[in-house]
Amino acid sequence: MLNKIRIYFILLFIPLVLPFTSAYAQDQIKTGTNMGAPLVIAVPDFKQANADPGNQPLIAVFNDTLWYDLNNAGIFTLVAKSFYPSQTPGFPNEVTLKTWSNPPINAAMLAFGNLGVSGGKVNVQGWLYDTKNEQYPQVLGKQYQENATVDNARKIAHEFANEIILKLGGIPGPTETKIYFISNRTGHKEVWSMDWDGANQKQVTHLGGIALSPRVSPDNSRIAFSDLLNDSWQIKMYSLDLGKMVSFPHFRGGNYSPAWSSDGTKIAFSSSMGTGASEIFIADSSGAAPRRLTTGKTDVSPVFNPRTNAQIAFVSGRTGEPQIYTMDADGSNVQKMTDQGYAVSPAWSPNGLLLAFSWIRHYGPGVLGGADIYLMDIASRQIVQLTHDGGRNDFPSWAPDGRHIVFESTRSGTEQIWSVLADGTHLQQLTRVGRNTQPNWSYR
Amino acid sequence: MKNRNWALILTMLTLLIVVSGCKKKQPPPPPPPPPKAPTAMLSADPTSVQAGQSATLTWSTENADDVTLDGNKVNTSGTESVSPTQSTTYHLTAKGPGGSTDATAQVSVMQPTPTPTPAPTPPPQTDEQVFNQTAQDIYFDLDKSDLRPDAQQVLANLAQAIKAHPNWKVQIEGNCDERGSTEYNLALGERRADSAKQQLTQDGVSADALKTISYGKEKPVCTDHNEACWQKNRRDHFTLLSH
Repeated sequence: MLNKIRIYFILLFIPLVLPFTSAYAQDQIKTGTNMGAPLVIAVPDFKQANADPGNQPLIAVFNDTLWYDLNNAGIFTLVAKSFYPSQTPGFPNEVTLKTWSNPPINAAMLAFGNLGVSGGKVNVQGWLYDTKNEQYPQVLGKQYQENATVDNARKIAHEFANEIILKLGGIPGPTETKIYFISNRTGHKEVWSMDWDGANQKQVTHLGGIALSPRVSPDNSRIAFSDLLNDSWQIKMYSLDLGKMVSFPHFRGGNYSPAWSSDGTKIAFSSSMGTGASEIFIADSSGAAPRRLTTGKTDVSPVFNPRTNAQIAFVSGRTGEPQIYTMDADGSNVQKMTDQGYAVSPAWSPNGLLLAFSWIRHYGPGVLGGADIYLMDIASRQIVQLTHDGGRNDFPSWAPDGRHIVFESTRSGTEQIWSVLADGTHLQQLTRVGRNTQPNWSYR
Repeated sequence: MKNRNWALILTMLTLLIVVSGCKKKQPPPPPPPPPKAPTAMLSADPTSVQAGQSATLTWSTENADDVTLDGNKVNTSGTESVSPTQSTTYHLTAKGPGGSTDATAQVSVMQPTPTPTPAPTPPPQTDEQVFNQTAQDIYFDLDKSDLRPDAQQVLANLAQAIKAHPNWKVQIEGNCDERGSTEYNLALGERRADSAKQQLTQDGVSADALKTISYGKEKPVCTDHNEACWQKNRRDHFTLLSH
C-alpha cells in the first residue's frame, strides 16, 4: 500500500517537487529544490592569504566545515575535488570561469576565497561566482574578521555557507543553528548543545539529576526541559542568556515534555497535577495560569503547529498503544492521526504541513518491529517512511529550513544523534561519546 | 581429564568388588536354637495429664533378668507413679540371655491454663520490616497499567498494613521496560503508579498517605534485553517515605 503512494511535498516557499521515477525511491519523500535538480557547485579549498604559521589549523577547519555545510545543505551537488585543477583561485583575479563551467567540472557555481591570520585576527574573504555569467559573475562577496581561533574559523565557515544557501535556496540554511540534546557522558543525564554538524559539543546544565526533553525557546534565549530532582519531575528553565537556571513554577505530580509555541508566549506540557494521570496542559511561558487541555490518561509529548500555534499534536495511550493525535490549542477538536502500532514523538514541520513521528508500525507482544521515523502529510494523512536502516529511531526534530530532521537512533549500537535530509539522504552521525538522546533543533 | 580417569578406575574397582562379593556368597550353616528373646511391655495411665498431676506406669517383661526404666534398675514387672512437668517418653529396657528389647510409653502434659506458650517471642518488628514484607513489587503486562490478580492481592495486604500504621507515607513508583519511548514511558509509569493508588484508596487508605512518581525507563532494576528482564522492570515499587 505504502509503496504505491506518491507524495509530492511542498517545502516552505519553494513550490517545486520531484516526482519519483525508480521503485526504490517510491517509499521516500523527495524534498523539492529551486531548479528541480540540485545545483552543481564547485568549492575549492580556501587559500592562505599570507604566510602566517597560524593559518594552518584554522584553514583546515574552515575548509572542512564549509564543504560539510554545502554538501549537506540539501540543495547542492558538490563536484568532487579530484576534478579541480591543481591551481585553484583564492582571489577573483585568479579565476578562469571556463575551467569551472566546462567539462569535466560542469559547475554552475563556484565558491572560493582566502583566509589569513594577522595580528591575532583571522580574516576571510569569500566569493560566489556564477560560472556562466562572464560579464557579471559575482553573486556574493563577503569579508569576515574575528579573533583567530579555531571556533571562529568554524563560525565564519557556517556564516559564509549560510549566505550561499540563502542566496541560491531562497531561505536560510541550518548551518548557524544549534541542536540541544541529552547526554549521559558525565554520568548524569544533562542538557548539551552542539552545532548542526555535530561540532562544538558543550554541556549546558550541571544539575546532577535526570534531565530529559530539552526544548529551546524560539528566540534561543531559554531551554525548557524536565528534570528529576528530589523525587519530583518538574519543568525547569535554563537561561542561555544568563548562563544559569531561572525560576519556573513547581507543580504537583509529574511534569514532562515541555513545548514552546513558535511566538514564545506559551508552553504546553504533560502533567499529572490534575487527576494523577498524565494530561496535556498549556501555560504562559512564565508557567503562570496552567490550564488542562485533555482528559486522557496517558497524554504526553505535545508540540505546537509552529505555523499557526492554533493546533497541538500529542501522544495518547487512551485507546491502548500510544497514537498520535491533534487538537485545537484550546483542547477541542481532537483528531486521531494514527490508528495502529506504536506511534510517539510527533514533530510539526516549520511549514505546518507535515508531522514527523516515531512509529513501530506492526506492534504487539512477539511482533516488535523496529521504530522508524515517518512523515505524515496532515491534510491527506498519507504517510511515508524516512528511516530504513535498523535500530530504534525516535525523537525527530525539524531544522528551521524544513529540509533537515535530527533524530535519535540505536543503529550504531547505542543511542546516538543523527541528522538526515527529509528525503532520506545525507544521513550523518553527529554524536559518538556516551549515550545521546532527544535532540531538539533550534528555531533559527 | 585426570579426574575422569580416576572416576573410571574407581567405578571399575567398585564393580569388581561387588561382582566378586556375589560369587563368594555361600549358604550359612544351620544356627543353634537361640535362647528365647525377652519381651517387654510398658504402658501409662492416663497417657495425658495436666502439669502437676501424676500418671501410673505399668510394665511387665518375660525372659529378662536385667530390666531398667529410664536407666534405673527395676523389677521385671511393676508399677510406678510419675509426675512429669512436660511431655515425657519413658523407656523400658529388658535384657536376658536371648538379647535385649525396648518398650516406650508417653505421658503428654497439657499446660494448666489455655495460655498458649508465648512461642519464642519474635523480636518486635520495625516498621521497615513490616513494610518490606508487605509492599512487594507488583508487575504489569506490556504497555498495560491494569492490575493483575496477583497485584490486587499484594495491594489488599498493603492497604491493611498502611491503615494499621497511620503515620506511614508511602511512595508508589511506576516503572517501564526499556523498549518504549522515553516520554511515553513516563506517562505510562505515572498511570501504573496511579492504578495502585486508586486500588489502595478504594481499600480505605487515605490518599494523603500516598505519593506517586513515575521513573519511566530511567531506573531499571534489570538491564538485560530479554522478556524476563523487561517483565521485572514493568513494575510498581513501593518505598516507605516516613513513619
